[in-house]
Amino acid sequence: MREDKTLAQALESRGVSRRAFLKYASYVATLMALPPSASRVIAEELAKARRQSVIWLSFQECTGCTESITRSMSPTLEDLIFDFISLDYHHTLQAVSGAAAEHARTEAMKANKGKYIVVVDGSVPLKDGGVYSTIAGITNLDMLKETAKDAFAVVSVGTCAAFGGIPHANPNPTGAVAISEIITDKPVVNIPGCPPIPEAMTGTLAYLLSFGKLPELDAKGRPLAFFGETIHDRCYRRPFYERGMFANSFDDEGARKGWCLYKVGCKGPIAYNACATLKWNGGASFPIQSGHGCLGCSEPGFWDKGGFYEPLAAATAKLDIGVGAAAVAGVAAGAAAAELMRRKKSAAVDAANSKKKDG
Amino acid sequence: MKNHVVVDPITRIEGHLRIEARTNDAGAIEHAMSSGTMVRGIEIILRGRDPRDAWAFAQRICGVCTLVHGIASVRAVEDALKYKIPRNAQLIRNLMIAAQYVHDHVMHFYHLHALDWVDIVSALKADPKATSELAQSISSYAKSSPGYFADVQKKVKTFVEQGQLGIFANGFWGHSEYRLPPEANLMAVAHYLEALAWQRDVVKIHAIFGGKNPHPNFLVGGAPAPISTSPTGAPGGAAATSVNIVALQEIRNVISKMMTFVDQVYVPDTLAIASFYKDWFKRGEGVGNFLTYGDFPEKGMDDPSSWLIPGGVILNRDLTKIHPVDLNDPSQIEEFVAHSWYDYGPGKQKGLHPYVGETQLAYSGPKPPYEALDADKSYSWLKAPRWKGNVVEVGPLARVLMLYAKGHKPTKDLATYALKTLDLPLEAMFSTLGRTAARTLETKIIGDQMKVWLDNLIANIKGGDVSVHNAERWDPSTWPAECKGVGFMEAPRGALAHWIVIKNRKIDNYQAVVPSTWNAGPRDPKGQPGPYEAALMDRHTLANPEQPLEIQRTIHSFDPCIACAVHVVDPDGAEVMQIKVR
Repeated sequence: MREDKTLAQALESRGVSRRAFLKYASYVATLMALPPSASRVIAEELAKARRQSVIWLSFQECTGCTESITRSMSPTLEDLIFDFISLDYHHTLQAVSGAAAEHARTEAMKANKGKYIVVVDGSVPLKDGGVYSTIAGITNLDMLKETAKDAFAVVSVGTCAAFGGIPHANPNPTGAVAISEIITDKPVVNIPGCPPIPEAMTGTLAYLLSFGKLPELDAKGRPLAFFGETIHDRCYRRPFYERGMFANSFDDEGARKGWCLYKVGCKGPIAYNACATLKWNGGASFPIQSGHGCLGCSEPGFWDKGGFYEPLAAATAKLDIGVGAAAVAGVAAGAAAAELMRRKKSAAVDAANSKKKDG
Repeated sequence: MKNHVVVDPITRIEGHLRIEARTNDAGAIEHAMSSGTMVRGIEIILRGRDPRDAWAFAQRICGVCTLVHGIASVRAVEDALKYKIPRNAQLIRNLMIAAQYVHDHVMHFYHLHALDWVDIVSALKADPKATSELAQSISSYAKSSPGYFADVQKKVKTFVEQGQLGIFANGFWGHSEYRLPPEANLMAVAHYLEALAWQRDVVKIHAIFGGKNPHPNFLVGGAPAPISTSPTGAPGGAAATSVNIVALQEIRNVISKMMTFVDQVYVPDTLAIASFYKDWFKRGEGVGNFLTYGDFPEKGMDDPSSWLIPGGVILNRDLTKIHPVDLNDPSQIEEFVAHSWYDYGPGKQKGLHPYVGETQLAYSGPKPPYEALDADKSYSWLKAPRWKGNVVEVGPLARVLMLYAKGHKPTKDLATYALKTLDLPLEAMFSTLGRTAARTLETKIIGDQMKVWLDNLIANIKGGDVSVHNAERWDPSTWPAECKGVGFMEAPRGALAHWIVIKNRKIDNYQAVVPSTWNAGPRDPKGQPGPYEAALMDRHTLANPEQPLEIQRTIHSFDPCIACAVHVVDPDGAEVMQIKVR
């Protein structure tokens, strides 16, 4: 069996330089705020000769999540599908259509029973027997249940799969629901965002592959490594907020000088996501840096929160009573986030240690 | 049913598409049906909301041609409010739309379409040295050494030998219709991988102006991309925002690298691969009627003379007569539901202009799980749009023909060069590969224009014009009690328009008629098939009905985007409550 090979042999047979591989493993460890010892575990698990089977289901979606994962800078999509995972079913990317495509899905389920990961993008419509979305003549509900039955874990990517997203927005014409409302007997990770940050998807997958368990999640099922702090907590414009310097329109002096976008509707203070730290598309920018407020797209029900250009009600109240109170609130939030990071790190150390013992 | 071929899901597309075909005993397709099998109802969701928010909702119609619905939406609101946008915002939008074209078309070619023509397993038999010679004979692209191709081959070989084929599993490898020599296959596989890396760079243009990609941000009245100002007030400096002098130079570099790939890889690959499949320039025409709305204004959307792509209709392949299009004329654009899972108040046989359109979801297909749909009944969540009752094709082929018909010199030169290289007449364009080639040609035509728009933007900034947003009509209290407008554009997949009715500062009605609905829609009351259906019925014989490669080829030549195509229109507030749900 190839599993018996050493890490170096496994890498060599795959044409990957050991140095490049370890560099990637330590990148993932850093990205997810894991201790240095974790990168060794990651490297060894990822280098296993049999790649982890992943079945990607697309339901009521726009393919933005798939597009986003192709933008991942590290690991890249091509790294993932050639070296780390076996993407056995994926509508947008797989070569073959029709019955042969469906056959690939059922084959992968059989061959990897209990071990494969199901990734889902898009919500599932339940109204009227599910007729609002079918694939190969079967409803999304039936396909999800059938496919998830023997999965090791389910990963909901994008706000539609995680929380219902836009199909679920009022008045929810097709009775769309989140994946976690259907799959209740398996571990489910939510990686929301419209779309999610690509590295949040690939980083979480790398963690799952490496440790064989879910990363630490928040109350909404999101990995704390990416969703542990708000955009506002880490925004480079935060100092302007503290000093009460705001853009009052989209092209005034404040907007051009990069002042805080609170008053033009930024939802950064209530959006837990990593845009302000990881940024987008290789660090080119993120929405606030370009000059538009955050839409809060990683939060449940963000489509129905009363208008993208309406200033946050709570924030306005804080502004009215002076900048000081807001600053205090920010400090409190920062302290909580720091505590979460500490807890996450110790959990990761435990995970890495127990893995070592097992192995 | 012996000669009944079902392809569901059609993969390597956006969205959920089902094709059913009936063949004769020789395998020739005699009857074809195109069915969209997913609906979300985004237009219903838009009702009652702030029109300035609409772009974000509409944009989520599609994440592949991300941005097109955002652009159509802000243009619809601006048309309704008679809202002028600054010249810089126009240029920024042009740059973002053009980047979308180049990104979308190259990814379509390599990641969604290539595997219809390229046999990845055959690439293992290639001689890297001969592959290098082939590559160097058609292009000056730097990555063309024998060592480079040997590395790619090794990667693929290791992958195949591991026995886990992933996204390439169960492919029709070795099918008799794959005709490229191993070396051409290896070259294409190498470029499949190159293009994945290449595209990550292209989208930086969207990130800089729109904050991220997919789904960059837009703004009614301009662009949400204020030009960075230093604390001392100097424009362009200090990186207060991502739109600064450094980033604009970065965009210049991105455009330059992007077009190097188009010129040295995409264009020569298209011609090289096509040269092995010249019979595919003789089938898959579809309907021979073409529609464009026009786009890429140098001045404004209200000045058609300044558009790079003109609007109009070509009927029956006649390039000598361009019929004008009026999006507000109720007799021109109508949508039919005779074979769609919707009801209409005036009856299922009537056509309705988008301004008075209706939606009543009314599924009448078989109860899932099902084996077959019935062409005599309703069979799709797509409607059937028609122009003056005619079935028309939209997209790259329509645009290239329109530019050609209007005498646009770069288009004429490029088309002539391509046809001469392949030794084909102009009529060859009316075909499956004609459609694919047109996509490549327009990528170059539009991409080449980006440098001009960027130069103009930088010149404006240097000249002191840093305005990107017009705040004049931003406040809803300045709006009339009631107004309506249409926003249109040329999306990569074809003519796209959104119609909006605004009452009391809220969206009263919102409707999108999108490119893939024009192309993928079902039959109309007269029984006229849609362009996909007609194209499949044009000289397609399946070599092996168990492996319907031929169907994949022609469907992919349209670049389907089905989440876009399935939409829900709806006339007034009361109707929403009356949606028929069995």
